[in-house]
Amino acid sequence: MINKKKKKKIDSVSVHSFSKGADLFFNIVVAIFAISCLIPLFFVVVISLTDENALATYGYRLWPKVWSFAGYRYLATMGGELLRSLWISILVTVVGTLINSTFTSTYAYAISRNTFKYRRFFTVFCLITMLFSPGMVANYIVVTNFLHLKDTLWALILPMAVSPFNIIVMRTFFKRQVSESIIESARIDGASELRIFTQIVIPLAVPGIATISLFAALGYWNDWFNALLYIQSDNLIPLQYLLMKIQANIEMLSASSGMGSQFGGSLLAIPKEATRMAMVVIATLPIAVSYPFFQKYFVRGLTIGGVKE
Amino acid sequence: MENDVNPEEIKKVSHPKKPKEGFFYNVFHNGPFLLFALPGAIWMIFFFYIPVFANVVAFKEFHFSPDGFLASLMQSKWVGFENFKFLFTSDAAWLITKNTLLYNLGFISLNLIISVFFAIIMSELRHKRLVKVYQTSMLLPYFLSWVIIGYFVMAFLNPDKGLLNMMLHTDINWYAEPKYWPFILLFIGTWKGIGYNSILYFATVMGIDPTYYEAATVDGANKWQQIKNITIPQLVPLMTLMSILAVGNIFRADFGLFYQVPQNSGALYNVTSVLDTYIFNGLTSTGDIGMSSAASLYQSVVGCVLLVSTNALVRKLDGESALF
Repeated sequence: MINKKKKKKIDSVSVHSFSKGADLFFNIVVAIFAISCLIPLFFVVVISLTDENALATYGYRLWPKVWSFAGYRYLATMGGELLRSLWISILVTVVGTLINSTFTSTYAYAISRNTFKYRRFFTVFCLITMLFSPGMVANYIVVTNFLHLKDTLWALILPMAVSPFNIIVMRTFFKRQVSESIIESARIDGASELRIFTQIVIPLAVPGIATISLFAALGYWNDWFNALLYIQSDNLIPLQYLLMKIQANIEMLSASSGMGSQFGGSLLAIPKEATRMAMVVIATLPIAVSYPFFQKYFVRGLTIGGVKE
Repeated sequence: MENDVNPEEIKKVSHPKKPKEGFFYNVFHNGPFLLFALPGAIWMIFFFYIPVFANVVAFKEFHFSPDGFLASLMQSKWVGFENFKFLFTSDAAWLITKNTLLYNLGFISLNLIISVFFAIIMSELRHKRLVKVYQTSMLLPYFLSWVIIGYFVMAFLNPDKGLLNMMLHTDINWYAEPKYWPFILLFIGTWKGIGYNSILYFATVMGIDPTYYEAATVDGANKWQQIKNITIPQLVPLMTLMSILAVGNIFRADFGLFYQVPQNSGALYNVTSVLDTYIFNGLTSTGDIGMSSAASLYQSVVGCVLLVSTNALVRKLDGESALF
């Protein structure tokens, strides 16, 4: 009895906790780093809400002298280009994530089954792709000259349509979560393999599929590299690439939108700096708002296929 | 085709318990699984196996042919190792190799030390809810693209308006001063990944058997002694594994970091050029596909050798954790 009580006390107080003084000190250390991770976003939001003249006079400040919504108002008038890029980004993210999670899980499921005779071949076929990298140049030549995907939406979707690493992770996950006996019993009941996969395997694998889907969605939303390589048409520019182009050349904002005349009658009135930062905020917001809710899936992704078999 | 299948069917019917394992029987029998694997396999062919083959351009004087892919490959003239000779006699090869290796070594060591430091601290903090808040905040940069991070950095380093010049009352043209960039790049690259890595180590610390700490407490060990003698030794296997895996990728630089954050500024090339940016610039702006593909193949081959040997090392130390 006494022993038990003592053990409990140690558990809650001494194991994994600093003394009060050290606790305060290390809290400050970690808090400083945590704030350093949040402050750039806060800073960008503030710049996007600063008056353009104040920006020109005082530069970027953590707390502006003059607040203004002009940047966002200009974004609203500029409409077309931004909305198109936003639409491209959303379309690519949705379609890409669907393709990626479907193909990655079906492949992983196939090679996770001991009843699949060619599982070894397909496992090695996938592992080899992780071993060697074909390189940027070879990929570029194949995508542009062989598949002829340059300046198509597929150039943004297909290069990331399957993730060999996630296949291996999911294979382990399927092996552990979906036992052969469940599948065998469904088979005896006369279910087809497709039906087994959609109605038994997927429901059992939801955490794993959610994780790889989130990683895929994040990858597609954040992608600018494929656009940089393969997209020249103005109609197919995803949001991240638009931001990149505007960062290199802020004048694009006025030149390409052609809306300058509607905004106060003169090109000078365009709040370029604030507008640019407002676009950064719009590209960041979906992630910043949603990731705390999905965080557990991402973190689980670290350990999901951690143990190989 | 039909003639091949039919006898199999007949055999199946006449010997239901002992099916003959012919190729067509197997394909038919494994049909659903093959269909499941098919899309992924086709993708790997088009986005891995064919590009690997396309690496022959490194040995050619490459020109795009209007007749398509094969024509481009076939009609380009063989030049043997000419492209490689060109690459390795230029100063660039040494510079980009050195930069790639040194930056990656920096990232590996900084990441290791700081992630483990934060993981241990966070496991010992008293307010577990606060720890959650810290972890969530620290993850934010990890989820953002390099374009966004590039804007973040610009907000601080913009020569006219940036916060640093404003606060320090200086007039430094950050994007043209190479001497600051090794530190900036090391800082940004590490900062972006710390949240993710420290959670990995944090999970391991939380998984350590609490009886070790109880026993240590009973024996009168203080916190520092516990960390030094229990936590860190328990983390060593994971630390070793992560470092070895990172060394396997030491020849691959994070393109986004070295391209977006310094804004591809020419004045900084000496300190920001790594293999990946060099290959990219060769491919897109200078149009020197031969040299670029030689550098690309050089990176892939050395990278592959490193990956295989580090993996062999992992397998030796801890077979469970080996990638393959």
